[in-house]
Amino acid sequence: MYTASFLQDPDFIRVLYIFAFICFILGLRLLNHPRTARRGNRVAAVGMAIAVIATLLIESVGDYGLIALGVAIGTAVGVPAARSVKMTAMPQMVALFNGVGGGAVALISWVEYREALEHGGNPALETLIPILFAAIIGSVSFWGSNIAFGKLQEILPGRPIQLPGQQFINIALLAICIGCSVVIASGTESEGLFIVILVAAAILGNMFVLPIGGADMPVVISLLNAFTGLSAAAAGLALDNVALIVAGMLVGASGSILTMLMAEAMNRSILNIFKGGFGGGGTAPGATGDGEEKPVRSTDAADVAIQLAYASKVVVAPGYGLAVAQAQHAVRDLANALEKRGVEVVYAIHPVAGRMPGHMNVLLAEADVPYDSLKEMDEINPEFPQTDVALVIGANDVTNPAARDVADSPIYGMPILDVDKAAAVIVLKRSMNTGFAGIDNPLFYAENTSLLFGDAKESVQKVLKAVEDL
Amino acid sequence: MDLITELTILVLAAFVGFEVISKVPNTLHTPLMSATNAIHGIVLLGGLIVIGEATGFLDDFLLVIAIAFGTINVVGGFLVTDRMLEMFKRRD
Repeated sequence: MYTASFLQDPDFIRVLYIFAFICFILGLRLLNHPRTARRGNRVAAVGMAIAVIATLLIESVGDYGLIALGVAIGTAVGVPAARSVKMTAMPQMVALFNGVGGGAVALISWVEYREALEHGGNPALETLIPILFAAIIGSVSFWGSNIAFGKLQEILPGRPIQLPGQQFINIALLAICIGCSVVIASGTESEGLFIVILVAAAILGNMFVLPIGGADMPVVISLLNAFTGLSAAAAGLALDNVALIVAGMLVGASGSILTMLMAEAMNRSILNIFKGGFGGGGTAPGATGDGEEKPVRSTDAADVAIQLAYASKVVVAPGYGLAVAQAQHAVRDLANALEKRGVEVVYAIHPVAGRMPGHMNVLLAEADVPYDSLKEMDEINPEFPQTDVALVIGANDVTNPAARDVADSPIYGMPILDVDKAAAVIVLKRSMNTGFAGIDNPLFYAENTSLLFGDAKESVQKVLKAVEDL
Repeated sequence: MDLITELTILVLAAFVGFEVISKVPNTLHTPLMSATNAIHGIVLLGGLIVIGEATGFLDDFLLVIAIAFGTINVVGGFLVTDRMLEMFKRRD
């Protein structure tokens, strides 16, 4: 009996929670460096295990059969999904994992409210307000993440879907959520109203992500990640559970920072993104106006091979097109072949290369490119004037000098990789189509630029062969 | 615990989150997003706490789904992050 009572002592459980927090914070710190990041993730996972075990010790926790059932279902779904997902599909996987977290929060707050009604009516405001907040945000996050998943998985069209009066509808839905919450908080006991809130928030989640184009989706996922964190913290306030408060808030803060960093990298204000309509080939004023055919210089694999092999410094600027063509391994092989000839090869990674920040790093890491060859934008931009060849593969908007030079361009002000400052620029392109944002790129017509048309993977392989034959 | 203590913890946790994370290099943003995503799977605890008090089939049913969702979030999130970070290697 002594052991049992000691284990179930609320103070003992709180002490375990403190260890869990230490693990979370230490884990996040270790995630600051590629060398320690993996350990960081594991330390955080240990923290989670401690928090779960501590919670299971709480005296009022019971129904172990049902808990085991839920955990078993979750493991059976989560583990295979995490094991089999392709690295290119990582953004939608994160969206999905984020969504289920939000869904859990919404369901828990719903049951919490039902229980309260059964045991004597509305809870005190300090519990009720967090419950309502968690229900709204959790529901928005669940449905919004699902739409983001659908768009990235191409189940739904990636282009913005807009209804007339979209913003008015969103404001009305938000008003319904807040209005019903106020009615409940001022004393009305009604599960019906609570369900109205959940449904209105669900529709709001759908409506708010649908008008956003594919290019902006990472910002949305990051924001929803922060939302889920906040809703978990709110659930913690409602349940008087400090582990939920701390972990939820840590994520709320990190998600907010990431969202701002991403929006900044794209030179887009958060507000603009959520007005929607950009990033799916919608409107691009001032970009496609002149209509005249400008001359481009196209080249062949043999010529590219010679330029690369006799360079002393080559900077590869990869974009999502490279991942779509599954050309990462071919590029790595080409870089190895060049390095064998004494050429210095580094990669210039734009903060939003790929489909979420840091996505390109993961894709290249998967192809065994060492992380110290990957240079961030601010680090590499001063080096372009000393670069012999900049090799742009499947990247477009992030190399578009119009962002720097053309004041009326829709992407004006967006930070870009200054590849055009290299002595020679080689662009691997499938065709002359414009990029994600639907904006013409003056880089392609520059004097020092030549274009190699074709599938990125095949082109790189041809260049590799030509280098080896030199 | 009273509300003010909880709010104090909430605010301090937010600042810790800002401080710890604003230093992460771009390189690691995707794994970071995925790892923080796994951490908000902490909602799982909410399911564990509420299910002990819940009565009736509907409540139990909703909570089993919530626990399953939370588990997917935690287990899937940490696993997938580990898979990503496993690949980050130095030049040897």
